[in-house]
Parts: sequence; C-alpha cells; structure tokens
Amino acid sequence: MIQTLPALLPLLVAVPLLLGAVGVAVRKKRIIRHVLSLGTLIAMFGFAIVLVIATSDGSILAHQVGLWDQGIAIPFVVDSLSALVLMVMIVLAIASVLFAMATHEARARFFHPFVLILMAGVSGALMTGDIFNLFVFIEVMLLPSYGLLAMMGAKLGAHGARIYVSVNLLASTLLLVGIALVYATAGTVNLAELHGAAKDDPAVALAGGVVLTAISIKAAVVPVHGWLTRTYPMTSPAVTALFSGIHTKVAIYAIYRIYSLLFDGDERFLWVALVITSVTMLVGVLGAVGEKTTRSILVFHMISQIGYILIGVGLFTMLGLTAAIFYLLHHMIVKASLFLSTGAIEETYGTGEIDKLGGMLKREPLIAVTFMVAALSLAGLPPFSGFVAKFAIIQATLAESHYAVAAVAVVVSIFTLLSMLKIWTGVFMGAEPDDLQERALTYQQRMHGKRYLRVEAQAETPTLTVGPPTATTSAVLAGKQAVKVPLKLIMPGILLACITLFFGLGAELLMGWSATAAENLLNPMDYVRAVNGA
Amino acid sequence: MSIAIAVGLLTAAAVYLFMQRGMIRVVLGFVLISHAANLMLFASGNTAFRGVSYIGSGDPSEQADPLPQAFVLTAIVIAFSISMFMVTLAITTTTDDDTEDVEASPARLLAADRGDTDDAGYYGLTTESGDIVVDHGEDETGDAWPEKASGVENSEPAAPSAATPDAEAPEAAAETREGETR
Repeated sequence: MIQTLPALLPLLVAVPLLLGAVGVAVRKKRIIRHVLSLGTLIAMFGFAIVLVIATSDGSILAHQVGLWDQGIAIPFVVDSLSALVLMVMIVLAIASVLFAMATHEARARFFHPFVLILMAGVSGALMTGDIFNLFVFIEVMLLPSYGLLAMMGAKLGAHGARIYVSVNLLASTLLLVGIALVYATAGTVNLAELHGAAKDDPAVALAGGVVLTAISIKAAVVPVHGWLTRTYPMTSPAVTALFSGIHTKVAIYAIYRIYSLLFDGDERFLWVALVITSVTMLVGVLGAVGEKTTRSILVFHMISQIGYILIGVGLFTMLGLTAAIFYLLHHMIVKASLFLSTGAIEETYGTGEIDKLGGMLKREPLIAVTFMVAALSLAGLPPFSGFVAKFAIIQATLAESHYAVAAVAVVVSIFTLLSMLKIWTGVFMGAEPDDLQERALTYQQRMHGKRYLRVEAQAETPTLTVGPPTATTSAVLAGKQAVKVPLKLIMPGILLACITLFFGLGAELLMGWSATAAENLLNPMDYVRAVNGA
Repeated sequence: MSIAIAVGLLTAAAVYLFMQRGMIRVVLGFVLISHAANLMLFASGNTAFRGVSYIGSGDPSEQADPLPQAFVLTAIVIAFSISMFMVTLAITTTTDDDTEDVEASPARLLAADRGDTDDAGYYGLTTESGDIVVDHGEDETGDAWPEKASGVENSEPAAPSAATPDAEAPEAAAETREGETR
C-alpha cells in the first residue's frame, strides 16, 4: 500500500477537476450535482486521512508526475504539514458546501463545479514541489474563486469582484516575476534542487524575497491586507467561510514551505518576519474596532490571526513551528465556524449589522452556544483549542526571548476577546429590535421567492407583492410562528465548533502531528532525499 | 539591454494605467504588465542562445532554454483568461465604470445596440441595491420562470418589465422601449 500511495497523489488533482467538468455538463439535475460534489469531497477527505496517517511518522511521500526523470518531472510531495492542511481544508469545504446547500446558493449551476475545481487547485498547490507549478495551481484556485465571488455577490456586485481580481492578478504577476528571477539566479525552479540556495547566494535570496512578497499579498499580511477586508465581508457567508479557510492559508503554507527549503530557515531574515507579524496582529485587531457588521469584524480578526500563524516563520524553532502549525489548523476551523454561525443569522434575518440585531440568545440558543464556543476558542480561553494554540505560541516566543512579540500577542488576545464580546452583546444580548421579523421576511422573500424583487416594507406590515411566498413567510404572515433559523443552517457551524472542542481536549494527538510537520520543515534534507530517491 | 528597457517601459505604462479610474484601462495595464513579466521570464533563460531546442537539431550549446518558453506559454494563457474575465466585469454593470452616467455605460449601450430590451443591463444593474430586474428567462438553477414547467427553454419575449424603478436610477425603468428605436 505504502509503495503505491505516492503514485495516487495526482488523483487528488485530476479527479475533482474532471468531476467539476462533469458537474458543468449536468444542467437540469440539481441533485446529481449535490451528490457529485459532496461525494468527491468526502472521498478526498478519506484520502487525506490516509495521507495524514501515512506521513504521521515523519515519512515523506514523493512522486514524479508522469514518471519523468528527477529534475525534469514536476514532483508531487506530501509530508505531514501538507497532509494536515489538506485534511482540514477539505473539512471546511464540506461544511461550507453544506451551508451553501441550506441557503440554496448551491443550486446555482456552477457552484459545485467551481468548488470542485477550487479544491483541485488547493490539492495541487499543497502537494507540488515546483515553484512555477505552485503559481499555476494558485491560478487554478483563483479562477473558480472569481466566479464564486461574482456569482454570489448580490451586495458585492462588480465593484468588490474588481478589487479582488485586480489585486490577485497583480500579486500573481509579481509571483511570476519572482519565479523568473529565481530561475535566472539559481537555474532551477524545483524546490528540492533549490534547497539552501538562498542561504549561499544573496542574488537568490533577493529573488526569493520577491516570491515571498507576492505570496504575502495573497496571505493578506499588513500592509497589503486591504483587499481582503474590502471584499470578503461583501460576498455570501458560505463563500466567505470557504475562502477564509483556503486562499490565505494556502499562501501561508507556501511561505512556510519556501522559507524552509529555499532559505533553509536562514536566521538573518527572521527579524523581518517578526516585525511584520507583530504589526499584522495589531492592525488586524484594531481595525475590527471600527466595524459595524459581524462579518467585517471577523474578517479583520482573520488578519490579526494570520499574524499569529506567521510568528512561527519568525521563530523557526522546533517549538515555534509546532505551535504555529497547530495554530494554523485550529484557526481555520474556528474562523469558518464563526463565519457560518453568524452567517446563519445573516442569511435568516437579512442583515449582519450589529445595531439591527439583538436578543438572539432567547431566539436562537443553539447558535448562541455555537458562537460562544468558537469565539472563546478564537480569543484563546481554555478548554478550547485556541488556548492550547496561543499558549504554545507565546511559550515559544518567550523561549527565544522575544519579549515584545509575546507582549503584543497577549495584548491582541485581550482585544480579540473584547471584540467577540462586542458581537455577543450586540447580537445575542439586549432587546430585540422591533423590525427584526419584518426585515427577515423581506429578505427571505427576496432570496427564496422565485425572483429577486423589491419589497416595499412599510412601517406596519411588509407588503409582499410578487412571487410565490415560501412556507415560512405565509406562516409568519398568518401570525402562527416566528422566524427561526432552520437547523440545516446551524449544523455546519456546530460541526466545526465540535471539532475545535475536540482539538482542545485531544490536543496531544494534534500537537504530535504538528511536531512531526515542524520536524520536516526544520530538516528539509528529508524532503530533498524523498524527491531525489523517488 | 533592450529587454531590460522594454520591461521598464511596459511596467511604467502599466503603473500609469493602474492609476486610472476605468476598468478597461486597468485591464490594459494588466495586459502590459503581463508582457513585462513574460519578457523577464524569457530573459531568465538567457536570450543569447537562439538555436531550436530539439534533440538532435544541432549543437546543444547553442540551443535555447525551453523551460522559460514553456513558462511564458503557460503564463500567457492564464493572463489572457483572467483579462477576459476582467473585461466582462467592466461591462456587467451600469454604474461604477469610467462613467457615472448610466446612459453612457457600456452595459446600457451594448444592450441598446442589440435592441435587446430584455437584457438585464438595459434596465440598469446597480451594484448598490443588488436587485436584478428581468422579466423572463432562467434563474441560475436552470429552471425556467415565471410559472413554467422546468425543462422548457425560454421562448417568446415577454412584455417589458413592470418593476418599480430604482431609487438610484429612475430613468432606467422609464425608458423601456427606447432601445429598439435607436
């Protein structure tokens, strides 16, 4: 089994890509698309678990695609880090797709194909052992994302899509230039052959710096984070949750991988990473203070958490890398859970503005508990995974005696907690606004009626003019029941919240895996040997 | 040297175009900057070698490096497809492009040229309200509507939309028929 496993790696890219194409061809049968997409994702998840177990002892699977000779072929390499990240990303994709099915977004003809092609690109980007191929797979990820953004953004419109496309295309072009410089200075783009090249040759180090800069734009570190905070809050919650766990995180993975191989963990540049991460943490958390909707607050927190995750690059010690990888996995789950639980409210009540919501604790106790678990985990309180992650990060920072960075991390944690409390008091506590029910009706009518229409919401009653009313609206209009968030909308968030609880209580297991992944990053020679020996 | 100058000029022109407001100019800027990146890729393979890079077609020491050429081919395809997408974005709305005037927006003019009064752009798609006003056709699930059995392709054009006019663009719905007389 272990001998044939590497040869199966290209399937992770090929199968979702092909099935995505099949999904486009299936026009009328919505149910087939649903089954196709979920089935593929679950199969990928199974394969990812096999990969995690196979690499958990520190072994590295490598395969020369097309069986070309080493050096000519594009290698696919899976070590503990890529397997873990891939597994968590597939979990997020499944949760987001379930949510999108509940909101009816997934009924759109291209939704499932886009998600599958996106996942094909993700698998490729996480596995590839070649910088140019990384660029190609990042583009494969981006193209369906553009489609999803343009498709789902009723609020976003073309305006947000333009920012997103322009910034990402600019970053991609910069990445291309960086790759050209790497090829010109080092004579290869194969990561295994590039091992340590930047440590010996300042020219390669400069070229690598251009590559890392381009990837940092995609990872949205401060000062190049503005595009993210201006586009993510405007698309639909399902798409935000999906993107939050995928795009920036693949970029973060690439930063770790490239710094480990190309720079061989060079200590001369670590202070740059530490400065950037500290600023990122601070700016992200302070930016959230001025925001008024649940999702834009969460998006700003995403920026500050990206700072936490990248502390590991700035330390590049066993302890620091282990903590950072654990933090990365925990953060992806928790963030998506928060997006989905607040998104469930947004999709039902038609707004995410804190001022226009309130009293949800009485109305939606299940969501309140889900949100609370994920929010406390994000802020880093025990017994959730966030506590373990933050504690380990701060410990690792102190071990290297970077006291200032540790102080920033602690202060930002407190601010994070305050921000979560702001959402809590604004959305879940307090009095229910008078027009809550009415707003919800108007919104649901617009989204789930047969056509998008403008409903004249007068002061007393909303007048619903066109389109067949849904079961909820007629029941509410008859005064029989109140608007409630349907259970199918809450489930994906609950699922992810349970995982963060599991990560917190079962931290030993995940820490062990993260330690193996950190070991691989610290000793890139194993990677090189695996590629050359395959 | 000439490649270096070309890259510099292309990049400078691209940056100038990025600073413009209209989407079309930004797209043109991206076309230029991807040319600059492609030239850099070529340069990375050392342009002094000009031989055909086939095995057995002469002296290997004179053959060009095939790898950057393969890179450039890939990059051209990717840049082209994204440029197409961006050009599409430039004409999908009646607001926030080069002009604030809904009348003169690309989406409106294109719909009017075709005499296609059923085109969504004709009635004015604003990015502010998020409303799309169309009268018949298929929703994005592929179901025909209104009140048609699924599986029926949309057939006869329906009457112009009777939707309430937008607050932002009252003229959008007011001139439902003018496109045919242009």
